[in-house]
Amino acid sequence: MAIAGQQTSPQATQGAGEISWHGIVLQTLKRNEISLIPYVPDRVLTPLIKNLHADPFFTTFATAREEEAVGIVSGAWMGGRRGAVLMQTSGFATLANVLASLAVPYQIPLIMFVSERGTLGEYNYGQSLVCRTMRPVLDSLALEHHTITRLDELEFIADRSIKQAVTTQAPVALILNPLLTGGKTFDK
Amino acid sequence: MNTRNTKVMNRFDITSRLIARLKHEEAVIGGIGNTNFDLWAAGHRPQNFYMLGSMGLAFPIALGVALAQPDRRVFALEGDGSLLMQLGALSTIASLKPKNLIMVVMDNGIYQITGAQPTPAASVADIVAIAVGSGLSNSAWAADEEDFERLVEAAMSATEPSLIAVRIDDKPGVGTTRRDPVQIRERFMHGLGVREPL
Ligand SMILES: Cc1ncc(C[n+]2csc(CCOP(=O)(O)OP(=O)(O)O)c2C)c(N)n1
Ligand SMILES: [Mg+2]
Repeated sequence: MAIAGQQTSPQATQGAGEISWHGIVLQTLKRNEISLIPYVPDRVLTPLIKNLHADPFFTTFATAREEEAVGIVSGAWMGGRRGAVLMQTSGFATLANVLASLAVPYQIPLIMFVSERGTLGEYNYGQSLVCRTMRPVLDSLALEHHTITRLDELEFIADRSIKQAVTTQAPVALILNPLLTGGKTFDK
Repeated sequence: MNTRNTKVMNRFDITSRLIARLKHEEAVIGGIGNTNFDLWAAGHRPQNFYMLGSMGLAFPIALGVALAQPDRRVFALEGDGSLLMQLGALSTIASLKPKNLIMVVMDNGIYQITGAQPTPAASVADIVAIAVGSGLSNSAWAADEEDFERLVEAAMSATEPSLIAVRIDDKPGVGTTRRDPVQIRERFMHGLGVREPL
């Protein structure tokens, strides 16, 4: 099934040999030896999730809640295996407790990819409100976060941020903006 | 085994019995409050991890450790109220089937540490039935202390994840964990052989 975002953004097209945002994310994860990928899905993340499942380097699986996924990658980190969590903005909104009581105080390099919904063409009022809670929560914990809007900056930001998270033992949120992914459009 | 036929045991006693049986540097994750207090009181080990918040995440954290170190047995101690907050985690574990993960549920029917209020599940739900229904077929109530030790022994060589539910009394935890999250995490990583001390 075609992804709405792929129809609206030339940057997000997925073709053989073509550079796509999700291809860059997958390769950056692999290069940084991040192999455990629990997620709660988002429509925009679909091609990334599909390709992660198809690649045996990764252990990719859905969890029932985002905080469960945070617990899993935190445990894996302590056991010597790197992971990253994929989620939607609304999923991030469920995480304040686990960020403040586990990831930050225990100094765990939690790597989060957040598909941003609620802005640049949102049609669901609730989603747009949920989105507004995200950066204040991140800022209240002084948590590193970057909003990625451009394909040509994606690899640099993702690769550097992952390395910084690991070396400084601090969480990071990489927010995948609709300008990068195409987002989810009105007609869907 | 029906919960009504199980003996009411004690968390600290059960935790001490578990720790006494560990001979291969098994990891143990203590959940929020009493489960990690009694784990601490049973005697600190380098392979112990103590949760100071994140209610309900003892099993997910243990799952992560189990996936990272498939050759090590990983135990997790969780309260009934905590488990209720994260029942979906049981299905995640069932689908991944880590045979080295052993979940222990301390069921007192209450949120003991916050004032002993009954949980919504207390008089209506059966934790083992929930676990089996979530796909964890290797789940059982411990009938008494000896049965608990037998179930732990069986879990050591199980070929699928194990869940052991224990009916416990309303006593609080015995010890108080030193609340130093960075040191807890760092020493746990040393205990798991992931890092060397400075
Ligand atoms: C998300 C969240 N809600 C509420 C609390 C407050 N709280 C801390 S421990 C606890 C009860 C834990 O109950 P249980 O897991 O059954 O353990 P017990 O105290 O009975 O040993 C509660 C409600 C919390 N820490 N986090
Ligand atoms: Mg309880």
